Amino acid sequence: MRELPVKIRKEVEEYAEKNKVDLSEVMEKVKKLYNDALYYPEEAMGVVAAQSLSEPATQMTMRTYHFAGTAGIQVTLGLPRLIEIYDAKKEPETPSMTIYLNQDYQTENKAMEVAKKIKEVKLRDFVVGDVIDLINLVIRLKLDMEKLGKFGLEIEKLKKHIKIKNVDVETKGSEVIVTSKKMENINLHKLKYKVMESHIRGVKGISHVIVSKDEMKGWIISTLGSNLKKILEVEGVNPEITTCNNIFEIYDVLGVEAARNAIIIEAIDTIEEQGLGVDPRYVSLLADLMTSSGSIMGIGRYGVAGNKDSVLARMAFEETKKHIITAAIEGIKDPLKGHVENIIMNQVIPVGTGAFQLIGRFPGQVKAAEKPAKKDSAPEKERGIEKVKEMEKIFSKKTASKPAKKETNKKPKKAEKPAKKPNKATKKKK
Amino acid sequence: MKAPKEKVDVYFNGNFIGSVPNADKFIADIKKRRRHNILPDQINVAYNQSFSEIRINSDSGRARRPLIVVEAGKPRLTSDLVKKLETGKITWTYLLKHGIIEYLDAEEEENAYISIDPASVTKEHTHLELNPILVLGISASLTPYSEYNRGDRVNYGAKMVGQAIGAPVDNFLIRADTKFNILAYPQRPLVRTKTDDILSLHPYGQNVVIAIMCWDGFNMNDAVVLNKSSVERGMFRSFYFRTYETFKKRYWGGQEDRISIPEPGIKGYRGDEAYKDLAEDGIINIETPVQSDSILVGKTSPLRFLTGGDFTMDIENKRESSITVRHGEKGVVDKVLISETTNGEQLLKIRIRDQRIPELGDKFATRHGQKGVTALVVPHEDMPFTKDGVVPDVVFNPHGIPSRMTVSQLIEVLAGKCSAYSGKIVDGSTFSGTKEDEIRKEMLKMGFRDDGKETLYDGRTGKAYQVMIFTGITYYMKLDHMVADKIHARSKGPVTLLTRQPTEGRSKRGGLRLGEMEQQCLVGHGAAMTLKERFNSDETVIPICQNCGLIAVHDKTKNKTHCLVCKDSKVLWVNTSYAFKLTLDEFKSMGVYPKLVVEEI
Repeated sequence: MRELPVKIRKEVEEYAEKNKVDLSEVMEKVKKLYNDALYYPEEAMGVVAAQSLSEPATQMTMRTYHFAGTAGIQVTLGLPRLIEIYDAKKEPETPSMTIYLNQDYQTENKAMEVAKKIKEVKLRDFVVGDVIDLINLVIRLKLDMEKLGKFGLEIEKLKKHIKIKNVDVETKGSEVIVTSKKMENINLHKLKYKVMESHIRGVKGISHVIVSKDEMKGWIISTLGSNLKKILEVEGVNPEITTCNNIFEIYDVLGVEAARNAIIIEAIDTIEEQGLGVDPRYVSLLADLMTSSGSIMGIGRYGVAGNKDSVLARMAFEETKKHIITAAIEGIKDPLKGHVENIIMNQVIPVGTGAFQLIGRFPGQVKAAEKPAKKDSAPEKERGIEKVKEMEKIFSKKTASKPAKKETNKKPKKAEKPAKKPNKATKKKK
Repeated sequence: MKAPKEKVDVYFNGNFIGSVPNADKFIADIKKRRRHNILPDQINVAYNQSFSEIRINSDSGRARRPLIVVEAGKPRLTSDLVKKLETGKITWTYLLKHGIIEYLDAEEEENAYISIDPASVTKEHTHLELNPILVLGISASLTPYSEYNRGDRVNYGAKMVGQAIGAPVDNFLIRADTKFNILAYPQRPLVRTKTDDILSLHPYGQNVVIAIMCWDGFNMNDAVVLNKSSVERGMFRSFYFRTYETFKKRYWGGQEDRISIPEPGIKGYRGDEAYKDLAEDGIINIETPVQSDSILVGKTSPLRFLTGGDFTMDIENKRESSITVRHGEKGVVDKVLISETTNGEQLLKIRIRDQRIPELGDKFATRHGQKGVTALVVPHEDMPFTKDGVVPDVVFNPHGIPSRMTVSQLIEVLAGKCSAYSGKIVDGSTFSGTKEDEIRKEMLKMGFRDDGKETLYDGRTGKAYQVMIFTGITYYMKLDHMVADKIHARSKGPVTLLTRQPTEGRSKRGGLRLGEMEQQCLVGHGAAMTLKERFNSDETVIPICQNCGLIAVHDKTKNKTHCLVCKDSKVLWVNTSYAFKLTLDEFKSMGVYPKLVVEEI
């Protein structure tokens, strides 16, 4: 039985104290559960994790409802979302945020206020008519003055939000007139689009906001589009639990550890949303693998699978030619430590029962290659005894702690030459 | 879309011929003329409104079907006309010429509004279906009472009707099909549809007595239990024919194949025993039993690519190329045909016949999408029986019914029973078949229970079953999936030349592949030794030079191993797969140096 880690032990102690139960009894139970959940040494946990994660994925392909509308917002779900997470896509198909509010903002009015403040307002939202004057190279945009008033904006003040180089902006009545100063902007359609997209107010990227109330967590603002960095700065937002579904954004703002957690949470959420279940440890193993380099790496050709140590394993996966060429040019040595390469060469894989390198020789058993060489020397039995004596000598030297003489050891050691194949079995030859 | 008042283009057989201002009038005019036999009845006209096109077709290759013309809400085919038709006063052509019935093609059908039965004809309808069963295809319309079923079951049933072994042709004894199956004692169904009357000469199954009950769990999961005596009496016995073909090929340089018993000593000679069934002319005799890989025609071919003047035509230059029975097949030589090819070469066709008696693993199905595999063949005396001594031929598991909801099968069992006792054929046509009530009344009239249930007695104990069992007669089909064609196992066997891995497929005595996912499963269990053992089908021992890491050479005559690159280096024998050795060779052929670092342990 293995001892519990310090953190778990502390938690158990706290629990026992709080609930006034017998500590040793609880500890014993937790210890048993902990030991039952442990992996055995050299168990192929990666393969088991992969199988455990791909089983729900096959289920998902069979019943496909990839989208679900939560209060009007359409978010990618199901298999496409899972693939998005595992492949570490830079931008999710539907970026969204879940914004939680501070204690003093827990009223509907205040939540709405924050939501209004967050929502991005563009010039496009007020435009009711546009004219492109090709003769004078002028764009005229007619604005909805009433709507402008509702938002508390004045047409004059809009001018400074249109930040495009070499362009003159004037206002006349309810019209915004954009004049191109340079011939560069001769593509007026493009320019018009640029002008319309001008950011006026709110947080960039947040195109939709929906306010709802959760029994546990109070008022929530769900958004379409995400901008974690800016949102966290907004007054009233609880920065501790506010999240977004863009893992790369979390990585940029909060770092790898946060990104790792985001991967775990997002993956488990999408799987559980479909009514399926995975042990979170498998997901966390995958997330560890994806973030172990310090940045986010997808599973796939350009990520985890493409960064395997073994050339043979990478060749067997994808882009065979590419890997042969680089291996040949750089003279790469394959340590043959993984299971794929050993299956290719029909060797015992270093997993499970095949993980152990110990070679035992019984008295009377002789090294295969020595057999023909010492044919006419001492009879086999005696040589066996010799061998045992020799080994005894070596062991006695070891125990006497004389490391300098270790090199005389005839036994092969796996640490000596890592590039060599430890699993190669020699065969007898007559 | 174009404005409606604009002219509409007219296409005749795909070619533009002009345009008309009033499309509807134009089309009506054509149809009127066709119905009055002024225009040929093969002409079809279709109006595509979204394209503003009228398409008139008279060419060949269009699938057309007959429909009753409806005018002003009344079908033109009246009961008077039907009577005249029955008495032979008028013919089908008469109806066609007088515009009572017309053929529509796929395009004109788009403009038609077809009522499927006379009762629901309204003023909007343009046509009436001859019979409502026509909404189904040939196979689907063979299922009786299919209107009681869920759509998918009708679909499955229709699909399996196509796989049934029956009597598709009558001239099979003089045909030489590569593969052909025929049922020994085909029967027409007792419960028929209108399509069955048309297919009357080509039945596709047999009427069997069915008991819907469990049989010690042997018929679980859709399996069926057969009566051994019924099987021995010839139930679902079928014959399988395969024709082998060869011809005496002429080669360049005046050489040709020789059809005779090959002489001993030629290349590929199979031994005297293999040729013992061949007649003097080298062709097997009729009615000779043959096994898998038996020789049917002894043939020798000249070795190819031999040129030059002074070569002799002796046995040294001959190769054995006999025709053998396919691996895994057996039978009796049924017929030998000797003919000539168009090039004047002798052509030989040998037809093998094999009797197929139902056995464990053969597939059977009803017409309702209820398929199953034989799981047990029970002796007659152990089968359940009724008080009248009726013993079922097939025991079908009731668990197959509730979830699939094949109500039609239940009706067929009752209708079949009614038909057998009354001696009257029951019409079970979809939509218009004899109704269940009538069958029940008929059963009551004959003194039977109207629900088809009977007390059955266990053949082994003689005790009555505690519940009544639904028994009756159903039309069953033997499907073209028999174990004899599929059974396969291998321990040792042939390997492919390139990789030395086992061949693939039953016909090549191949192995069953342990795939990538199965491999991962073994890895997941940590069963490293099992995994290695499973994958060493192409295990080899290769000599590797310890110095350069390349494959060394073994001289068998001198019994010495040496490296061709390094002179006096140590060579170690390494166990790997042949496929890996091949990979190393491929690396070398690409100019990549694959150095294996080996050491002794």
